[in-house]
Formats: sequence, C-alpha cells, structure tokens
Amino acid sequence: MKDLLNGWGPTAAVFLPLVGAAVLLAIPKSEETLQKVVALATSLVVFFVGVALMVDFDYDQSAKMQFLVDKTWIEMINSRYIMAIDGISLPLIALTVFVVPLVIIYSWNHFPEPHNPKAFLALILILETGMVGSFVAQDLLLFFVFFELVLLPMYFMIGVFGGEQRKYASLKFFLYTAFGSALMIVSILATYFLSPKVNIDGEMFHTFSMIELSNWAGSGLAKGTAILIFGGFFMGFGIKVPMFPFHTWLPDAHTQAPTQGSVILAAVLLKLGTYGFVRIAIPILPVGAVWWAPIIGGLAVIGIIYGALGCLAQTDMKRLIAFSSVAHMGYVMLGISTLTSFGINAAIFGMVAHGLITGMLFFIAGSVKDRFHTLEIKRLGGLLLQAPRMGWLLAFSVMASLGLPGLAGFWGEFPAILAAYDPADGLSVPLFRFFMVVAAIGTVFAAGYLLWLLQRVAFGEPTEEFKDEHIHDMHLTDYLAWSPMVVLIVVLGIYPNLLFKVTDGAVIQSLSHIAGH
Amino acid sequence: MLTHAWIIPLIPAIAFVLILAFGKKLPRGGSEIGLASVAICFVLALAVGVGWIGRVNHPPESGAVEKHVAAVVAQSEKSEHPEAKPAEASEGHGTEEAAHETEGEAAAEEGGHEPAAEGAEEHHATDPVVREITWFQNDGVTIKVGTLVDGLSALMLVVVTLISLLVHVFSTDYVAGDRRYTHYFGFLSLFTASMLFFVLAENTLQMIVGWELVGLCSFALIGHWWEEKANSDAALKAFLTNRVGDIGLLVGVIILYFAAGKTFDTITINTLANEGEIGHFLLLVSSLCLMTAVMSKSGQFILHTWLPDAMAGPTPVSALIHAATMVVAGVFMIARLYGVFFNGLSIGTANINAMALIGAVTVLFGALLAFVQSDIKKVLAYSTVSQLGYMVMALGVGAWTAAIFHLFTHALFKACLFLGSGSLAHHIHSFDMKKDMGGMRKTMPKTFATFIIGTAALMGVPLVTAGFWSKDEILAGASQLGGDGGYPIMLVMGLLGAVCTCAYMTRAIWYVFYGEPRGKSAEHELHENGPRIVVPLYILAFGAIVAGWTNLPEKVFGIGIPSGWSLRFEHYVEPTGVYFPGELPTFAHPEFAPWIAVVSFFAIVIGAGGAYAWYWKGLGPHGITERNKFARAGYKVLENKYGLDILYTDVIAGGVKGPVAKATYWFNQNVIDGMVNLVASTARTTGEWVYKNIDQGVVDNVVKGSGLVAEGSGEVLRKAQTGKVQAYGAYLFLGAAVLAAIFVVIAS
Repeated sequence: MKDLLNGWGPTAAVFLPLVGAAVLLAIPKSEETLQKVVALATSLVVFFVGVALMVDFDYDQSAKMQFLVDKTWIEMINSRYIMAIDGISLPLIALTVFVVPLVIIYSWNHFPEPHNPKAFLALILILETGMVGSFVAQDLLLFFVFFELVLLPMYFMIGVFGGEQRKYASLKFFLYTAFGSALMIVSILATYFLSPKVNIDGEMFHTFSMIELSNWAGSGLAKGTAILIFGGFFMGFGIKVPMFPFHTWLPDAHTQAPTQGSVILAAVLLKLGTYGFVRIAIPILPVGAVWWAPIIGGLAVIGIIYGALGCLAQTDMKRLIAFSSVAHMGYVMLGISTLTSFGINAAIFGMVAHGLITGMLFFIAGSVKDRFHTLEIKRLGGLLLQAPRMGWLLAFSVMASLGLPGLAGFWGEFPAILAAYDPADGLSVPLFRFFMVVAAIGTVFAAGYLLWLLQRVAFGEPTEEFKDEHIHDMHLTDYLAWSPMVVLIVVLGIYPNLLFKVTDGAVIQSLSHIAGH
Repeated sequence: MLTHAWIIPLIPAIAFVLILAFGKKLPRGGSEIGLASVAICFVLALAVGVGWIGRVNHPPESGAVEKHVAAVVAQSEKSEHPEAKPAEASEGHGTEEAAHETEGEAAAEEGGHEPAAEGAEEHHATDPVVREITWFQNDGVTIKVGTLVDGLSALMLVVVTLISLLVHVFSTDYVAGDRRYTHYFGFLSLFTASMLFFVLAENTLQMIVGWELVGLCSFALIGHWWEEKANSDAALKAFLTNRVGDIGLLVGVIILYFAAGKTFDTITINTLANEGEIGHFLLLVSSLCLMTAVMSKSGQFILHTWLPDAMAGPTPVSALIHAATMVVAGVFMIARLYGVFFNGLSIGTANINAMALIGAVTVLFGALLAFVQSDIKKVLAYSTVSQLGYMVMALGVGAWTAAIFHLFTHALFKACLFLGSGSLAHHIHSFDMKKDMGGMRKTMPKTFATFIIGTAALMGVPLVTAGFWSKDEILAGASQLGGDGGYPIMLVMGLLGAVCTCAYMTRAIWYVFYGEPRGKSAEHELHENGPRIVVPLYILAFGAIVAGWTNLPEKVFGIGIPSGWSLRFEHYVEPTGVYFPGELPTFAHPEFAPWIAVVSFFAIVIGAGGAYAWYWKGLGPHGITERNKFARAGYKVLENKYGLDILYTDVIAGGVKGPVAKATYWFNQNVIDGMVNLVASTARTTGEWVYKNIDQGVVDNVVKGSGLVAEGSGEVLRKAQTGKVQAYGAYLFLGAAVLAAIFVVIAS
C-alpha cells in the first residue's frame, strides 16, 4: 500500500477524476442515473485515495515532501513532473476530495438549468483534477497548467448553468483571472531564468522545481528584482483570493453561478490564491515577501471592514454570502502577511474553515432558492417555522461563520489576529498592531451582517407571499451532503490540533528564510 | 475529584447533545435529561467544594505553582529557540517538537500533583489543582486546555450548578407547554456546560471560548420566542454589544500572551505580573482592554444597555443567565486575572482608578434607572446592573473577597427575586407592575414572603441578611483600602446607590403587593403556584439569609466571632500563593467598621422610609414632574436611558447599516467595479478600432488589393460588431496569448 501510494498516490488523486469524466462522456445522454453513479463513484474513489494518503502520511515529518514523484516532463527546459505532498498541501487536498463528492450528492436531484447532468458532472470532475493538481504539483510550470485548467470548467459552469447575467459574470471571472495569470507566468519565467543552474545528466539547466527554488529562496537576487517578481505573483494570486481591490469579479461570479459552482468556488478555488502565497511566493521570494507584507496586510484589513460593509448593503442572500468571503479571506491574508508561522498556520486553518463554512452557507442559500425561487432577503422570513431544520442549520453556519469559538471558524480568525501583534522581523510592529485592532473590530461587523441576515431570513413569521406555501424541509441528499460538513466544522472547532499539527512543521520550514517568524 | 473536575462541564455538554437528538421523543421533552445532568453536576460540584476545603485544611506542601510557572516559562523560552538560530531551524524540527510535547506533559503532572516536600511555613499557601492536556500546537508552542481548581472556581462551580438546578426545576412548571420546550432545555444545558467550562478555565484562550459560548446561549435564550421581532432585536443587541466588548477581550488576551512570553496560562500570567516581570505599561493597557470586555458582559455603564432588553427572554433564563451567573463572568475574569488588574491599575496605592470608577458610576446610574421602570423585570435588571457595579467597584478598590462574596450572595437573592417575579407573572402573563399587578400579597403569600426576604437582602438589612454582610464589606473596602484616604468617591457613590436601591425596591413592593389589584391581576382568579415553583423560591430565600454567615467579620460592634465561624469565605475562597496578589505589601483586607454599618443602616431608612412615605402615605410633592420643568427634564433623561439606546441603535448601528454601508457599496459598484468595466470596455473599443481600421482597413485592403470584394466579408464585419462575438474574441485572444506564452517557452 505504502509503496503503491508512494509512486502513484498523488498522480491517482489528480487524474482519476479525468478518467471518470472521460467515461462519463462515453455514456449516452439518456442514461442519467448511470452518469450520476459513475461521477459519484469516481469522486468517492478519489476521496478514498485521499484518505489513504492521509493515513500513510508521516505526521511527524510534515515538513518533508512525501509521496514524491519526480519524472522528466519537458526535457528541453527542465520542467519536470514533480508531485508531492507536505503538511501545507495535505489539508487542502483533503478539503478538495472531501467537498467534491458532497457536491455531487447534493446535485442528485438539483441539476441546474439547462438540465444536462452529463456535462455538468464532467465539468465538476475536470475541476477536481485541476484543483488537486494545483495542490500536489511541485513544479512551477506544472502548477501553472493545473491552475489554469481550473478556469475553463468553472467558466462553462457559470456561463452555461448560471443565472440571468451568467455571460457577463463568467466572462469577467475568466478575463480577470486570466489577466492575473498573465502576470504570474511572467514571474514564473523570471524566476526560472534567474534560478541557479543545476546539473541534469551532464547538462546545466535552470529549474522550475518548487522544492529547489524554496531552498534557494532567491539568494543573490537583487532586492528590487525580488520585489518585482513577487509583484507578479501577488497579482496572480491576489486576484484569485480575491483581495481588495481586485475582488469585484467574486460577487458577480458567485451570484450567477449555480449552487454547486458557488460551493466549489468558495470552498476550494479561492484557496488556490492563498495557497499560492504560502507555497510559492513567500518561500521562493522571502525578500520580496517582507517588502510586500505591509501592503498585503493593509489590503487584508481594508478587505475585512470593506467586505463587511458591502455585506450590510446587500439585499440578496447569496450576494451577501459572496461578499462575506472578501472579509473572511481578509483574515487569511492578514495571517499570511505577518510572515510568522503562527499566522500562516492560522491562515491555512482559515482556508479550510472558510471552505467548509461558506460552502455550507452556499448550500443552504441554494436550497432556499430552490424552494422559494428567490433569494431577496426582503421577501424571505420565518424560515425556522417553515423549514426548521434548514433554519437551524443556517443559524449554525452563521455562528460558525462569525467565528464562534468551539467551531472551526474561530481558529482561523483569532490566531491570525494574534499573529499580527508580533509580525516577523523587518515588518513594522506598530503598523501590524494597528492591523490587529482593525481586524478585531472586524469581528463585530461580521457578527452584525451575519446575525442580521439570520434575523431577517430565519426569525419572525413567513411573509405574506409564502405564508400558505408548503415548503419542503431537507431532502435525503441534503442530509447526506451537509452532515459531514457540519460534523467536520464541529470536530475541527473542538480539537484544532487535527489541522495545526499537520501544518505547523511544514509552515515553519517554509519560513526558514524569514527572520523572526 | 479536584483533578477530575473536567467531568463537570462534560456532563451537561453531553446532555445538550442528547436533548437535541432524542429530547422530543421523551415523555418530558428532554427536560428529564437536563435536570438529571445538572443534578449530578451539583453533587459533583459540592464534592469539589468539600475536596477543596479539605485541601485548605490540610494543604500539601506548596511550591507547585512556582514549578508550574517555571515549566511554562521554560517551554515558551524553548520555543523561542528556533528563532534565535534560524539557520538551524530548518533541520530537525520534528524531533524538537516531540521534545516539547513530552516536556509539556511532564509539566502538567508536576503542576497537578504532589509537589516536593518543603519546610513548614507560617502562612501555608494552598496550591491550586491544575490538570491540562495539549489542545493544539502552533509555531512550535503547545497550547493547553485543562482545568484549574482553586477556591474561586470551586465556589463558582457550586453557585452555577445550584442556581442552574433550581432554575431547571422552576422551568419544568414555568415553561410547560412552551412551543420550544425541548430547545429551551437543550440550551439551558449548553449554557450550564459553557459556564462551567469558563469558570474552570486554565488559560485565557479557554476563557475566550467559554465567554463566547455563554454569549451564544444568552443570544439563543433571549431570542427564544423569535417570532416577535422585539425579541430577536433584543437577542441581536445582546450579542453585538458583547462583541464590541470582545474586541477588548481579544486584544487584552493577545497582549498578555506575548507579555508573559507566549503563553495563555493564567497562573503564569498572574505570577509574572505579581513579580513585576511584565512591564507596568503592558499591564495597564491590557487591563483597560479587558475592562471593555467586562463592561459589556457584566453590564457596566455605558455598555449595559443590552441587559435590560435581555429581559425579553423567559424569566428563569433571566434569573440564571442575566442575574446570577453569566453576567458575573466579567467579574470572575477580573478575579481570575487579578494579578494583572491589581498591578496594572495600581489598585493597592491609588485613590481612584478606571475599574473602581466604572463600577461606582454603574452602581449609581443603574440604580437611578430602576426608578422609572414600570416592568418589574426591568427594575430587577437595572438593579442587577447596579449590583454588578458594586462587585466591579469592590475589585477596583482592592476588596477581592468582598466582591466575590457579593457575587455569591447576589446570585442567591437576585435569583430569588427574578424567579419570584416569574412566579407572580405565571398566571397573568404580564410583568407590568403599574397596569397589571397590585395587592398580590394576599393572593400569592408564599411568593410574597420570599420576595420580601430577597428584597431585604438586596437592600442589605443589617445583621440578618446576606446582602448586608457583603455590601458592607465592599463599603468598608472603599473606605479603608487603596492609598492614603482610601477610595472616598467610591464610598460616597456606593452609599448613594444603597439609598436608591432601597427606594426603588420599596416602590416595586408597593406596586406589586399593596394597593388594589389592577388590570390582569384583578381579572384573573389568582392562586399560589405549585411546589416546583415555590420550593426553589424557599431555597433561594433561605440562602439569601444564611449565605451571609459564611464571611462574618472577626468582630461585630465589639463582639468577637469565634475564629471557626468568622471569615470562612476569605479563608477558603481567596487564592493563596504567588499567582494572587495577596502577598503583595499593598494588598489588604478591609475590617468591619461600625460607622459604616450605621451609615448604611441610615441609607436604608432614608431610601425605604422615603419611598414608604411617598407611596403608602402619599407624602411629598407628587406630580412634580408635571409642574417643575427641571424635574420633568430629569425624569425624561432617565426615561430615555440617558439617550444611550438612541445613540447605539439609531446613530451607530443604523448609520453603519444604512448610509455607511450603502455608500461603500456604491463606491464598490461604481468606482472599483467601474474601473474594471472601464478597462474592459476600453480594451474592447481599442480592439474594435484596431480590427476595423488596421486589420480590415489596412491589412485586409492590401490582401483584397486584387479588387475581389466578397459580400461575405461585410457579413463577418456585421456579426463582429454585435458584441457577443467581440467578447468571445477578446477572451479567446487572451487565452491564446497565454497558451502562446507556454508554447514559446516550451519551444525555446
């Protein structure tokens, strides 16, 4: 088992969904049940591969790259097929392979219009390949390919299966991200050409290997160069996160995307950006990171307050949840900007927690839309009376989202705020303490918009419009899809070490070139 | 039992899960689970209390605290180690972390159990019992979770479980037939669990967790009847006001974490603060931050406004959460981190400080507001605000034991009063004293008797009631402790507060129990409630008297009290050892002062007598608020609650929710997103222009130079201008550019 995983584990997790998608395409269009079963089975197999990887992972050496595969890929430029997993990527891989089957289960009877399960499920599976691939790739070019691969299925998911303004939203999503990627590829190439040459079979090559680049850590690079290259990464990843002021594609994409798309977008896609900072930008260019950190931190706390204010102005439930992502990712970015292992551990925790919690919120919003055919907050009310279980779950998710201790959200938020008190050497302490206070104030706003949402949607009596309508409470697929998420939110909240212990070693290692982390 | 205290919060937590899962299917809707769990907890809490008394009487050799602190400090110093030598950090982290863990566990054992022998001391410190496990590891620092049992937490365990038990019993009758009976008991259990977790907290992070969880339960129970908007508004207000205070809590805890060398451990933080290892400035800032949290949670003036609104919840909840236990969480936190506050605010040497001032202002301003209420629960709510003010003031002047003693007696008599008001309203479903009550002493004699006892304790009727002994100790503290001259302002405000307390309670008694029945109490056939309501009242009323005996002074008016009977509370509850400022030279205990007892007796006479003359005898300038504009203005100020509600709800919350949020969103849509769209449309127009004028105009014309002008090309152009194709073209172009870049790289 161990040997098999060592050679094939990451590869299997990445490409099995693609195989599943291919099989799916071979099934005739009329065989819907078979399509669903194949898609679910594929995602479950991937999930079990993920579980096997987690079981075999050596947690005492989470800093070490495990299940390493290193094969020639594009010989000419020494871009290699390197895949490996360490403590930073493991939680995100786990999150991805965990969320995808749940999304497929949820879809069972909820396929968005135009009804086309085959295409829809195939898109989800292709997405999974891109997402898992991004988290296991340890070669910059390979990473970039997966990073870009994610765009297309999501583009079609929004553009074909989305709401009324799907064309505008999907195009905006695609172009905005592609714009960031264009700058990123420049940085990737620059990094490549500036990297020290290594000897491959007697020939000297530059390298795309993230492992080697992290060990090199830009030593000997002029400070200005490092800052510029980091800037390219900053644009690529910052747009993906999204950071203020590059966030405006997000509310549109979320609002127009089908529920499943929103869930995947919130749960995993946004994390590609933050993961990029943690995995690539900071370890490879620590000097650039120190220069950029105050800017990132500043934008992060602006995002926290700004996103919250944006939420308060929303009249649509889904758009409100979308905006809350801007604020939540602000905490993640604040943690990262401290360049301390405490902060980055918190950030990774925040990524996973946000994925689960906001995913839950989007699921519920989708189900509300399904039943009421509207998400306009004004027209909703008394959800607790009409669909009590859904109402309580909404209350639960809202509490988790506002960072209630005992649930997962807290462990992404509080440690990130804490880390800002004492940032890494070379960062302005007063500035970051100011960020800390602003971020702490942000928690009040978060409670404000979330509880106000809860009050308007769940409390009170149903509005005249829906008073006499029969609203179906949760379906079986809802139970199946949601309960694992709820359980995980609670478990991580009570025993955060499940995640912190995994990431800690790897994060400390990744920051080894930053003083006072 | 002392080392196994962790079981106590676990039981109601499990009960919560069971009630949610199976409650509705059980014959009594899950209340039986809640009742059983809290009864077991109460017994266990008593066992902890007895165990603690035994430990104080026969203390094991001390020194465990010092060892515990040394271990924590050593561990956090070691975690600094990789920072000192970053070059080494990349190697061998795994092993180093493993070392941390074992060391942490060793420290836990040392901290918890039999310390090494040492010579006999004259003043024998009783070490707290600490038990901890690893919660998580971050940045190589292991953060623990565990229990800290000393006199303070043992007392809190008993108080919380006792009141919770009585409230459970009371509720089985009071909320019978409620639409969400099961949920109600579920949340009572969750609250009990969270509160117990909080009082047992071993570190400040754990305190944050408990603190917020009790806030959640408070939210859920205030908004129990969320169909009415007023109730959910009150719930939101409570939660949000507390969140405002929590900013201070988060920041304060963070500062202390770093000040104490990266640890949340309360014993270590306190010890370092007492030993002067933490700079005074940091202590001052963190205690001021934490003070904001206390202001919101414990209803101190200007963040108290949520507490009266919280009366929207069921009455037993008001008794348990908003009078006896949760609202004293702030007081408990100060008491737990007293080393920080005592040194940070220079309590032992000052004549005034922020904490004492906030407390004193709350005493008086809260009591004044109680005058203008016509809802009996609101009277009691403002009374709670004012009494919490006494506790905070006591801690502010340095009278630690007096504050905790008052917390204890107040929990009993205020729960008695709240449950009493519930008993009164059980049949008439109204709390309006002016409209719906009156003459109820005849119809509800048992409730009347217990209510009178509770009121007497609240007023502090000398010598017989518990409230007298605890309040008097606070006043004595204000006059005797601190720098030269004590805390005179606090003494005066405390006495004025006592006058007001007596007056508003006398007023309430008049409206409820005397005169003729009005409104609903006249319409209904009233009768006394059943045993499940009355027996808890008896028990609490009994407690409102005897609780005072637990801390009798050594001498009362020259009469000596045998040493086995006096100051028991101080002896058993007040922590000893380096983690409490008790051994600092500036720390002292107040002594019984006859003149204060006499003065406070006169305060009762003035307050209660004045109100008696006004209401019973009709003396005094009745109707002055209509005739005199100053009196009217004063009344208006009180009626509007000093305008704070308008400021918070309409100006601040309304402003942020309304104009500020809308303006931000406008900015987002029109400026930031506008820029994005502008860039996109500029790119598109440029592309169109290039296509039209250069590609089609120049390049194509050259191609078409042969003169072949196909009709089809016009077709293409028209299609291209419809926009959709343009858009797709743009994205295809960009996608192609990216692919081309990859291609170029691969090919090179």
